[in-house]
Amino acid sequence: MATGYFFSHRHILGIDELSKDDILHILDTADSFKEISARPIKKVPTLRGHTVINLFYEPSTRTRLSFEIAAKRMSADTFNISPSTSSATKGETLIDTARNISAMHPDIIIVRHSFSGAPHMLSRYVNAAVINAGDGAHEHPSQGLLDMMTVKEHKGRLNDLKIAIIGDISHSRVAHSAIEGFTTMGSEVHVFGPATLLPKGLEQLGAKVCTSMEEVVRDADVVMTLRIQLERQNDPLLPSLREYSRRFGVSQKMMSLAKPDALVMHPGPVNRGVELMPEVADSTQSVILNQVTNGVAVRMALLYLVMGNS
Amino acid sequence: MRQCEGVMERSWVIKNGRVVDPANKVDQQCDIIVQDGVISTGDEIGVDDLPVIDAAGCLVVPGLIDMHTHLREPGQEYKEDITSGTLAAASGGFTAVACMPNTCPVNDNSAVCAMILEKARSAAARVYPVGAISKGSEGKQLAEYGELRAAGAVAVSDDGLPVTDSQLMRRALEYASDFDLAVIAHCEDPALSTGVMNEGEMSTQLGLKGIPNAAESVMVYREIALAEFTGKKVHIAHVSTAMSVDLIRQAKARGVRVTAETAPHYFTLTDEAVSGYITNAKMNPPLRTGEDRAAVIHGLQDGTLDAIATDHAPHSILEKEMEFDVAAFGIIGLETAVPLTLTLLHQGVIDASRMVELLAVNPARILGVEGGSLAPGAAADITIIDPKLEFSYSVDQVVSKSRNSPFLDWTLTGRSMLTMVDGAVQFSRFI
Repeated sequence: MATGYFFSHRHILGIDELSKDDILHILDTADSFKEISARPIKKVPTLRGHTVINLFYEPSTRTRLSFEIAAKRMSADTFNISPSTSSATKGETLIDTARNISAMHPDIIIVRHSFSGAPHMLSRYVNAAVINAGDGAHEHPSQGLLDMMTVKEHKGRLNDLKIAIIGDISHSRVAHSAIEGFTTMGSEVHVFGPATLLPKGLEQLGAKVCTSMEEVVRDADVVMTLRIQLERQNDPLLPSLREYSRRFGVSQKMMSLAKPDALVMHPGPVNRGVELMPEVADSTQSVILNQVTNGVAVRMALLYLVMGNS
Repeated sequence: MRQCEGVMERSWVIKNGRVVDPANKVDQQCDIIVQDGVISTGDEIGVDDLPVIDAAGCLVVPGLIDMHTHLREPGQEYKEDITSGTLAAASGGFTAVACMPNTCPVNDNSAVCAMILEKARSAAARVYPVGAISKGSEGKQLAEYGELRAAGAVAVSDDGLPVTDSQLMRRALEYASDFDLAVIAHCEDPALSTGVMNEGEMSTQLGLKGIPNAAESVMVYREIALAEFTGKKVHIAHVSTAMSVDLIRQAKARGVRVTAETAPHYFTLTDEAVSGYITNAKMNPPLRTGEDRAAVIHGLQDGTLDAIATDHAPHSILEKEMEFDVAAFGIIGLETAVPLTLTLLHQGVIDASRMVELLAVNPARILGVEGGSLAPGAAADITIIDPKLEFSYSVDQVVSKSRNSPFLDWTLTGRSMLTMVDGAVQFSRFI
């Protein structure tokens, strides 16, 4: 890392805004926080007196819990708000909600929203630091960072790796953040899925679009599968999960094409037997639960860094 | 800048300007004489006694006609009304606007048409109502074109919505021809068009749902096929894609009676303007790619596209200051069309005569209305343009009630200086 580096981001809106140095700095910081979660007394006073608001317009179990645990282990005061998007559309606008929350002087607002760009808009109307916990089909930066942290722990590096991502690339903010992150770090991201779920412009984002399961998995260092949904807003994307599972599900046989020490990853929740066969999800190559553990450390690092600590 | 009120002088001599009047094959420095609201040869009057408008350094052209405007009255007067919309038109150099029928209620009957024309009597520009293709623009049954024509409508359109029923569209083309009404087609396949911006690299990068260019092309081709089969005329609104331009070019070469317009934003911006989730770059059809933009410009050059229309679509901050997904489609355009079109002129893409064809001659021809000519005997609808004047289009200058423009704070080159309707000065920046 260049000398004189300093983390200058007030908000974490997407990995597309982070440099290689930023990513390394976040991962190093996360690494140093990881042991806190292994202590008998899992609490440090770092963010004592700070107010953290979880503003979740979309249902979430693990991401919200992970952010809340991260904040509490740093001694911040946390509050959860889950307005449903539908009632919000009828009533108060997001801008008004933002201004009202801002008037109570929180330090950090963690926002998840089904609309891409909502955290960006929010960040223009509040004094607090905004962390994007997933916006529409745009980005999920803390997920991308925990993915990179997990890979770095196991591979010792983030460059010159072949990352295979399989599934619904069109609607996946996880895939988008992973593509941004891993390509920034100097690895190659190869993607594959049904043609109905591969959006235009992936090459320009830096991904390589494959034409078969064999091509995407062969010699991969990491095989990441994504959760699949049959239909979105009446858009007929796939005929059945059965057919998806046969053609795009990752089996042990398919994994034999990847490097012997390839990692199996999934952002969760897993549809066992659909995108990932149970024997693969439970294999020794699977680091799915390590991803969850690292999620807390990465989120502690983000909370710490957006508060201007370094 | 002023709006002129009270008893209006309607006789003038416009001196020292470059008169560009392609309908009469004129492009030269000469005087234009206006007598009692009509363009005159000056043979029978004492020209020396007339008040002078000095148009030195300016273009003097037939009054510009915007064939695609949303005035929002009746029903959404908080966004725009006939008074404010026509004033925005006059300030932007337009002497006439054709107003789309997607008001509340929809202009599908003589009462709404008559109300619009009554309000327009005191407006700053001529107003040509466009009636609905279908009752309530619901796409189910034809509106009463005879009644609409008698009440003053010049065209029909369900603009804002496509006519999804192909049989209804076919019948509309046929039936409208009985009343000499232009049919203006909003080409969009609603099943394909469920997104919020152009589908491509930018939509993937921003995680926004895309509208494929095919959503426009498939309907453009349907209208062409129907016009070809019936032998009737059709006008394609707001062309935004390279494929649409190609389809229209090929159809014209076959002799299909198709005409088409595009809007300044499609030849000025690309979908990269959406970056940052800018809702003033959200419109339908959406801003497309650089390739589409280049094809639209080529279409304006080679005659494939007949007109530049603004698709002036005022929305208040209530519809625009929100998440991109739920913000309203549309931007205002009456005040920026002239400088944005002049950019093509300054770049040498089109000449002054072509500009006047696109903004005045062809819109008049397509709509079947007077205008587009400075021949003696014509109504004195005249626009004077300073092609070199630089100005910053700041928010405090916006004349429209709404401010939803992606060109706010742009430095633009070229501005309308004076707008005259029937010899009466409706807007002037000379004083």
